[in-house]
Amino acid sequence: MSNAKPTAVYMDHNATSPTRPEVVDAATHAMQAGGNPSSVHVLGRAARRIVEDAREQVRAAVNAPASVQVVFTSCGTEANTLALQGCGRAKMFVAATDHPSVMQAHAHAERIAVDVNGLIDPFTLEEMFAGGGDDVVVSVMLANNETGVLQQIEGIARIAHRYHALVHCDAVQALGKVDVDFQSLGVDMLSLSAHKIAGPLGVGALIAGKDVTLRAINAGGGQEGGLRGGTENVPGIAGFGVAAELAKAELGDMARIKGLRDALEARIQEIAPQAQVIAAMADRLPNTSYITMPGVDATTQLMAFDLAGICVSAGSACASGKTKTSPALAAMGVHPEIGKCAVRVSLGHANTGDDIDCFISAWADLYQRKSASKSAA
Amino acid sequence: MAYSKELIDHYENPRNVGSMEDDAGDVGTGLVGAPACGDVMKLQIKVNPEGIIEDAKFKTFGCGSAIASSSLVTEWVKGKTVDEAGEIKNTDIAEELALPPVKIHCSVLAEDAIKAAIDDYKGKTGQTDTDAVGESQDAAE
Amino acid sequence: MTANTWTQNNPLYLDYQATTPTDPRVVESMVPFWSEKFGNPHSRNHRFGWEAEDAVEIARGQVADIIGASPKEIIFTSGATESNNLAIKGVAKFYGDKRNHIITCVTEHKCVLEACRALQGDGFDVTYLHVKENGLIDLDELKAAITDKTLLVSIMAVNNEIGVIQPLKEIGALCRENKVFFHTDAAQAVGKIPLDVDEMNIDMLSISGHKIYGPMGIGAMYIRRKPRVRLVPLIHGGGQERGMRSGTLPTPLVVGLGKACELAKKEMAAEAERLREFQRRLYEGLQQRIPEIFLNGDLESRIPGNLNISFAYVEGEGLMMGIKDLAVSSGSACTSASLEPSYVLRALGVEEELAHTSLRLGLGRFTTEDDIDYAIERIAKEVNRLRDLSPLWDMAQAGIDLKSIKWAEH
Repeated sequence: MSNAKPTAVYMDHNATSPTRPEVVDAATHAMQAGGNPSSVHVLGRAARRIVEDAREQVRAAVNAPASVQVVFTSCGTEANTLALQGCGRAKMFVAATDHPSVMQAHAHAERIAVDVNGLIDPFTLEEMFAGGGDDVVVSVMLANNETGVLQQIEGIARIAHRYHALVHCDAVQALGKVDVDFQSLGVDMLSLSAHKIAGPLGVGALIAGKDVTLRAINAGGGQEGGLRGGTENVPGIAGFGVAAELAKAELGDMARIKGLRDALEARIQEIAPQAQVIAAMADRLPNTSYITMPGVDATTQLMAFDLAGICVSAGSACASGKTKTSPALAAMGVHPEIGKCAVRVSLGHANTGDDIDCFISAWADLYQRKSASKSAA
Repeated sequence: MAYSKELIDHYENPRNVGSMEDDAGDVGTGLVGAPACGDVMKLQIKVNPEGIIEDAKFKTFGCGSAIASSSLVTEWVKGKTVDEAGEIKNTDIAEELALPPVKIHCSVLAEDAIKAAIDDYKGKTGQTDTDAVGESQDAAE
Repeated sequence: MTANTWTQNNPLYLDYQATTPTDPRVVESMVPFWSEKFGNPHSRNHRFGWEAEDAVEIARGQVADIIGASPKEIIFTSGATESNNLAIKGVAKFYGDKRNHIITCVTEHKCVLEACRALQGDGFDVTYLHVKENGLIDLDELKAAITDKTLLVSIMAVNNEIGVIQPLKEIGALCRENKVFFHTDAAQAVGKIPLDVDEMNIDMLSISGHKIYGPMGIGAMYIRRKPRVRLVPLIHGGGQERGMRSGTLPTPLVVGLGKACELAKKEMAAEAERLREFQRRLYEGLQQRIPEIFLNGDLESRIPGNLNISFAYVEGEGLMMGIKDLAVSSGSACTSASLEPSYVLRALGVEEELAHTSLRLGLGRFTTEDDIDYAIERIAKEVNRLRDLSPLWDMAQAGIDLKSIKWAEH
């Protein structure tokens, strides 16, 4: 993907990832072909074929059987909303560290407390089912967007199903970074987003088991099995299909990326032994590091990194306009003084050892400058 | 919807298009369907003294599948006895033309059209043994 | 491209109301945002995010400009269906405890009708206005329908099947006078007819990308700030689009929509004039070649890129099969797979038998004069062939009144 690689060092792949050329090709091809998939003439049928082929690619990428519904949406947030509002359960239990879209998608949400690593304790969850689970949908992110922590979804699903609750899993951050297998996760619904896996912006999907009955939020037109009205985003969907297929095929590269990430963390801790990696002991995404620079505000760090041509982020992109301590960190019990010094580094396939060197050098410069000015004062 | 070669051939080159004299004693006319439903078939048979259908004509208002179904049955009934023609089943038509599921009703209509034509012929020649005669007469007038 | 190169696999596109080809200039504007400028516009910490954010704001201005709005009044959505759902359900949820009556029209797009139907399930009263034979609503009927419980009037600007333009200015004036919100689904109108939200007193307006030579998967919604319209969002989450529509903004699509609006605004007048001439040429050409054809919907109050014609005695789907080198539609694209006669045509009072014989012919930016002549030739030839096959045509020629026959309805 050399022609898509920016001149700067981009380490913010959990926010969005550059679209792969193969994806751009597929989307451009679909755009040139034209046609509304609901039209019965030849162009409409060709557009329909593109959509259905992509549906199979996405289905295969998460190992979902043919009986499972794959509903294309405009993004991961819409997929979450469709799942949680559309499934008709009166109550929602949601992991305290989850994305705000999930938290707000349901009128009656209860938080599931997490431990210091951001993980759900099975016993805590079990207690919440004291009143039964028939009217409950449980929603847990597979991989946290900030910390990269991977929840034990299989275990959570097993408990929830014992109480007849439905289980939704937001796998937007996990897809393409770890193997996401709908069947082995054992969930009822799974949300995906294309642009996090080098696919186009503006397209997502909800995978839902055949027994899950959903009600549309965007009614009208009858598209997507009546679950999502509106003319399908054919080029976006075409790009999503290709991106999903390639993401799965290239999962092997994640071992290399994990090597880069681990080296980055080790080198920082060599420079500053007090630097903390959030949830270091937990099972995490191989590409994500949420790491503090002791005594240096995240905003200061971001400015310095930006001047050095490095793109990283503080917390999740949606909230990054506001400089607040992240709710995920608060839920994990991370002290605000530590949390405000944490920066998220998220790597992608294009990153190399040189990028890590570049980041470490900028990190060390800033840290030494700040330490010097502090000791001078 | 992809259509079969057979269907497209019958649609593009329909056989036995035309009309025969309604009032002729050796002609049976079947008119089935309704304009409001989007398809109407008129199928006519001409029966010789031996009881063999020696000619058949059709006119159809409808989709490609309806046109092809009626064209096909005019070919099939020619040379058959009236009773043999009455044995033609909609499933045979659907199979021959590889009709997609949403178009099966076209083959049903074609079967109805033959039956109505046969009933009309039998009514005229006094061989009436069915109670469907009145119905097809109504439609033809 | 000369006319005779059209084939079944490369048909002449005359279905501009179903979707429009993306303008190459739009595609060109989007390309950089797929690769070197790929940032998340909500990433406020680095240049990729800033670049994307700037591009989004330019596009917002371009969208605002085509309807005479301020950029602050525009939010981006995934398409007109979402905009329509958001406008109707969002306002209903916000104000529903005070006023619970909604007025819409029987010929609206399915998504508007279904959104209203969903609200009826939640205790709202909905009045479905009828249309006159020309497809336009009766303003007196609208006036009479408004009560002190009326919250919202949702009437589309241009109908997707018959292309008729509703009297927006008059509807807007009535709504403002009665302090009722006015929403219009302008998916088929933007870039085709001049729209001005202030002059027309429009409070909410839905826009689609792929109907105006922009990309699929993107739309926009205008939401008036003065007097302010408030709504409950449908998609919750990251708080993007001032909390009214969460989800990461798809920068390339947003940029494409902006560009499409810019082009449409610049080229609207000339294009409308050109298409008006093509519309006349096509309609007159067909009339000259084929007797007994009937135009559905008003000819005057109609966008130039649409004709909807019933070819009596020839079934529409059968006709489409004969003109496979023309990509046209019988009824609306969203429902044509269901083979039901169009509910829009039925609402005009077009009889079912005639509704079954109708074709929608959509003309647009890439239609040429040769295309029109080719279409006339092909349609005339096929209609005449199929009439020779049609028992109804025979009967009509013989002077038989088809209504006098007792058809066996099935």
